[in-house]
Amino acid sequence: MPMLVLENHVSVTIVHFLSLGLPAKYISQCIDEIKQELKQDNIAVKANAVCKLTYLQMLGYDISWAAFNIIEVMSASKFTFKRIGYLAASQCFHEGTDVIMLTTNQIRKDLSSPSQYDTGVALTGLSCFVTPDLARDLANDIMTLMSHTKPYIRKKAVLIMYKVFLKYPESLRPAFPRLKEKLEDPDPGVQSAAVNVICELARRNPKNYLSLAPLFFKLMTSSTNNWVLIKIIKLFGALTPLEPRLGKKLIEPLTNLIHSTSAMSLLYECVNTVIAVLISLSSGMPNHSASIQLCVQKLRILIEDSDQNLKYLGLLAMSKILRTHPKSVQSHKDLILQCLDDKDESIRLRALDLLYGMVSKKNLMEIVKRLMTHVDKAEGTTYRDELLTKIIDICSQSNYQYITNFEWYISILVELTRLEGTRHGHLIAAQMLDVAIRVKAIRKFAVSQMSALLDSAHLVASSTQRNGICEVLYAAAWICGEFSEHLQEPHQTLEAMLRPKVTTLPGHIQAVYVQNVVKLYASILQQQEQAAEAEAAQEVTQIMVERLPQFVQSADLEVQERASCILQLVKHVQKLQAKGVPVAEEVSALFAGELNPVAPKAQKKVPVPEGLDLDAWINEPPSDSESEDEKPKAIFHDEEQRQARHRQPEVDEEELARRREARKQEQANNPFYIKSSPSPQKRYQDAPGVEHIPVVQIDLSVPLKVPGVPMSDQYVKLEEERRHRQRLEKDKKKRRKKEKKGKHRRHSSLPTESDEDIAPAQQVDIVTEEMPENALPSDEDDKDPNDPYRALDIDLDKPLADSEKLPIQKHRNAENSKSPEKEDVPVVEKKSKKPKKKEKKHKEREREKDKKKEKEKKAEDLDFWLSTTPPPATTPTPIPSMEELGVNAVTTPANTCEGPKREEAEDEDDEAEQDPERKFTRHKKKKHKKEKEERTKDKKKVKKKQPEPGEEAAGPVENGAAEEEPIPPMSSYCLLAENSYIKMTYDIQASLQKDSQVTVSIILENQSSSFLKNMELNVLDSLNAKMARPEGSSVHDGVPVPFQLPPGVSNEAQFVFTIQSIIMAQKLKGTLSFIAKDASGATHEKLDFRLHFSCSSYLVTTPCYSDAFAKLLESGDLSMSSIKVDGISMSFQNLLAKICFHHHFSVVERVDSCASMYSRSIQGHHVCLLVKKGEHMVSVDGKCSDCILLSNLLEEMKATLAQC
Amino acid sequence: MIQAILVFNNHGKPRLVRFYQRFEWLSFTNPLGKASANFSPLATELDGSVPALQLLQGHICDERAVVQLDRLQPIPQVVDAIVCDKLTVGHTEYSKLRTMYRKLDYRPISCLNIFFQPEEIQQQIVRETFHLVLKRDDNICNFLEGGSLIGGSDYKLIYRHYATLYFVFCVDSSESELGILDLIQVFVETLDKCFENVCELDLIFHMDKVHYILQEVVMGGMVLETNMNEIVAQMEAQNRLEKSEGGLSAAPARAVSAVKNMNLPEIPRNINIGDLNIKVPNLSQFV
Repeated sequence: MPMLVLENHVSVTIVHFLSLGLPAKYISQCIDEIKQELKQDNIAVKANAVCKLTYLQMLGYDISWAAFNIIEVMSASKFTFKRIGYLAASQCFHEGTDVIMLTTNQIRKDLSSPSQYDTGVALTGLSCFVTPDLARDLANDIMTLMSHTKPYIRKKAVLIMYKVFLKYPESLRPAFPRLKEKLEDPDPGVQSAAVNVICELARRNPKNYLSLAPLFFKLMTSSTNNWVLIKIIKLFGALTPLEPRLGKKLIEPLTNLIHSTSAMSLLYECVNTVIAVLISLSSGMPNHSASIQLCVQKLRILIEDSDQNLKYLGLLAMSKILRTHPKSVQSHKDLILQCLDDKDESIRLRALDLLYGMVSKKNLMEIVKRLMTHVDKAEGTTYRDELLTKIIDICSQSNYQYITNFEWYISILVELTRLEGTRHGHLIAAQMLDVAIRVKAIRKFAVSQMSALLDSAHLVASSTQRNGICEVLYAAAWICGEFSEHLQEPHQTLEAMLRPKVTTLPGHIQAVYVQNVVKLYASILQQQEQAAEAEAAQEVTQIMVERLPQFVQSADLEVQERASCILQLVKHVQKLQAKGVPVAEEVSALFAGELNPVAPKAQKKVPVPEGLDLDAWINEPPSDSESEDEKPKAIFHDEEQRQARHRQPEVDEEELARRREARKQEQANNPFYIKSSPSPQKRYQDAPGVEHIPVVQIDLSVPLKVPGVPMSDQYVKLEEERRHRQRLEKDKKKRRKKEKKGKHRRHSSLPTESDEDIAPAQQVDIVTEEMPENALPSDEDDKDPNDPYRALDIDLDKPLADSEKLPIQKHRNAENSKSPEKEDVPVVEKKSKKPKKKEKKHKEREREKDKKKEKEKKAEDLDFWLSTTPPPATTPTPIPSMEELGVNAVTTPANTCEGPKREEAEDEDDEAEQDPERKFTRHKKKKHKKEKEERTKDKKKVKKKQPEPGEEAAGPVENGAAEEEPIPPMSSYCLLAENSYIKMTYDIQASLQKDSQVTVSIILENQSSSFLKNMELNVLDSLNAKMARPEGSSVHDGVPVPFQLPPGVSNEAQFVFTIQSIIMAQKLKGTLSFIAKDASGATHEKLDFRLHFSCSSYLVTTPCYSDAFAKLLESGDLSMSSIKVDGISMSFQNLLAKICFHHHFSVVERVDSCASMYSRSIQGHHVCLLVKKGEHMVSVDGKCSDCILLSNLLEEMKATLAQC
Repeated sequence: MIQAILVFNNHGKPRLVRFYQRFEWLSFTNPLGKASANFSPLATELDGSVPALQLLQGHICDERAVVQLDRLQPIPQVVDAIVCDKLTVGHTEYSKLRTMYRKLDYRPISCLNIFFQPEEIQQQIVRETFHLVLKRDDNICNFLEGGSLIGGSDYKLIYRHYATLYFVFCVDSSESELGILDLIQVFVETLDKCFENVCELDLIFHMDKVHYILQEVVMGGMVLETNMNEIVAQMEAQNRLEKSEGGLSAAPARAVSAVKNMNLPEIPRNINIGDLNIKVPNLSQFV
């Protein structure tokens, strides 16, 4: 059996690899062998070799050198080998693989293979190594596979679309309609795949998918597949924060699911989503306590379960509730504290997370005490470190909100320094510094504790073991130095800091030591000079001089530098002291001033001052031309400088004063300039400023000095006593005087009611962090510009534009883009194309503008607004109205609320006003309504703008800005021909890219009950105008329409025409032939039509600035002509809109009832118009580079205006 | 999305490694353990010149390496050397690196990044995951917050332990934790059906088949099918197709002779494969 032997070959090799240690020599021998095999012609040998390589790859060997061989195997005709090739490719190909571009055609071939498994293997492989290029080239092929007959292929094609979207975001919009359709695929696997993809997309940019909510809602109530349900429920969790009304709707079915399901996974996700809903509702509706209770109850069951997994998840979900409904969680404190003792570290960590949100002023000390006992018990350092950070997090959260006694906190921090081998020394140090700087009242106590720390030897000793706790000394030294005036025994501390052992500390700590020794020294000097103990002062100086040299010898640059500098200084002081000169004042002047904390984001928030251009060159960039002589330049430069120097003294006093003022101003704005006076920034409103913290005058009942290193436990007792006393006192006072009560409270906006009774023990003066003045209130600091998902933030509800098509490898013209699959799915085509109709009315350029401005659509650019107003082409971002939900609610017994119904009624009114010719789907109705809202909004904007006449006069007034009345909807599609079978409407668009080419879009609407197919459009070419036909066909052949029309369906086809001369309008005769098929049989039908190319259809809306416009008119190259139309009742704004819309002009400038307009033909003719409106009449003066074109245009315009 | 699927045995030997995301570079600050040995001989050759620094690429560095670099003080050059060689860098990584490069003035050298072969990173991840999972008892929860190597806080490791094998899925927050646990169960049961009493040896000798089964369950990081019967049916259909093509039997005599000529005595004899059968526990109520 040869097969067996060969399989053994693979196995034997693999058994080799198995040998532990994997001798490199053996592997290289294997690779050599594989290389030999790859060189053979036989594909089976190659495939075998590639298979072995895949195994090697798993073991961590680079196999990218065989990429080409892998491609060879991929292109094998047999499935067996192909599969091996694709597997290897999926394991080792990536974006950087250069041969990957060779695979495009192979993959395309496999995708369209008749065998479903070939296709499947190609899809699977591609999903792992798709690159932007591959995605672009294959998107269309994959999209057709989405409607493959086999569900096996469909589901794979649907899933891979997500990868394609990621790599090629442009494909999202064209493919989305079909993806949406797959949500209702008969096959559950395909459905699940579609849900999967949309959930994944929506997770990143949920707001674009809100409009799908009704569909998902339906799926949720109908689906029985738990996977799908979980995905949908998760998706709703992401959507609810954006639309609270959705949440209300969800609560009921979700609660039902919670009650009914037996699958824990589903239950858990339901609870999660209910929580998300409640969070989103919490602001508006407080009456969901029942749901919260249900959730908490269910979670408690999970947490109490013996299954550790459920316990873990329960805690995880609990922490989400905690954020918004802390009270309902706090009642389960016992349970959570119990979880702290769990043997499972993951569970303990989760419980810790929960604790963070459960603390209050009352229980903080108790909880921290409990955590401290865990710290002592904890065996693993990682968990202990985690505990440590959690303790610090809990205590320091929201600006030390819950700490009532900072002495207790400092002693906790000091206790934490006893931990051996923790990595978080720097964290403790940072806390010490922060507290000492920001809480002024605690400084005295902090200093006493820190000096004790400096004294104790264990920290210094531990530094030799290279662990992080010695970082604490950094803070200790700094605090002792900076606040040395509070030191009880400065001498002793000075000695401690100058001990020889200090030199074993890391460099940066030593540096702080050196610097702060001087601060300490300065304050000692001061004290002693005041006490007139000159000898003692000299003694201290002597100590300094003796001890400092040990630092001068330090290997650390910073330490060395500081030490030698300071040594010299002290020596100088010594000399002065010997002479009896008082020096203390001068020495302490070195450290005058106070440090204030600066907010971490302060630097970023400094606004760029007006008039400062950061991109401008400070000096002129060096010129590139080398021909310029250097010397004369230098002389000139010199001269200028001399002049400048000469001028300087002339600056008078006033100027100097002004400058000083300016500088002061500048310094005030500079966050890093340390001010002498209390900074005005403290008035900054966002953060709780100093004045927000009421100063409580209480006799300190806690002794400020606890001998030795204190135990934090003592504080717990003391604190209880203190609180008790306080309560008594308060009761007394209450009885005496009710008004006085407020005085003893902390700020009333504090969160929990029960907390406010507890007054802090210290005079808490938490200095807020400074922010620069006029700080920009932006929160967009943390966005990563490289986020790949950002590109997928695409509005999916906007109708598709022409330009948005998946690239097809064939000829670009519309006539040629007929693919065989399209015939299978006429309905899809219709869906995706229908919105296009509306879009069509606009020029390509404006569409692109639309996209850009989508986000800032309410911006001042009313020009843009006007041009998009007539048809509802640019819908605002989808606001999923309850209307849709309401409609879908018919399928469920849920209650429909009142609001939506009313909205719907309004909608119907709207519809009644519409042109009866148009058939509006519900979807469009909504859009139209929204668009109206939009309009009114814009108008408001305009009103606001009006009070600035100067601006209005200066800038060009945009189209119709001042008008009040809405513009009626317009359509540029006009009837081409009609019979009992079919109705054709058309529109002609010119594009600037191709001069002398226009695209005719024809909407074919099947009016009969027969099925129309084999449609073919033929036009009798004239000398001037020719239809573009597929290559190889003669001028008499028709162009097939790339779709079929079932009864009642309409679709749009595009045809390209080449035009020689555009100055004259012209008509082309044509015929549409088709086969109408109904129950009785098929008949061949024909419909004749005349295609009218007006001169306006050759114009392209081109924006023009008024100065360019003026130049154009001045040039005198233009011939002139004019018309007058009487009996016009329409408002001027609408009139302009009409001209813009039908004749493709843009408004350059508008003053009162006079406007200048501009457009350009595809062959580059400029057309300028001056439109004036009098009483019931309009005059149009035109100028154009071609007089025939102009007169023709004006004639057409006259016809349009006559209808007004 | 599922980011990675790893299967390894009690000794940390990889049995199935499937990444759906690419890891191209790692931070210097990661404690990478043993592998740093590679670097030491190299570091001595460094003289600070750019070509020498380019040697750094693809070598795993640890604190010692940082110290070496610190001694040479060629910070901008190192980064230049790495940044210049765009070939080893993916596009996104490259732009990330650029931003980092800009910030470098304010940062200590330990934030430098060095590029690795993806395979090396994968091995690191397998190793780290193994150590994380090995420490855990059987009766504690099956979720692990992401290790330092895979992703950030958004990622979770979800694993199950069957006999000698650990099945680990690394997923992000879009996946349901309990759902993935059930998916692992489905995957293992499918393996069991396809191989009839699956054991670790099956995974070794039919590495490709295991991948094919996985491909029917998970595609490109997204769950494709959860119905076991459907998966088994598709696998059987593909196996039939392969048989009809004659499988690998079409291989020529040369390959056969290659086996014969192999130096069999060199093959290690004592291969400890361990406890072989995977016990499939009861199905949960899922699917």
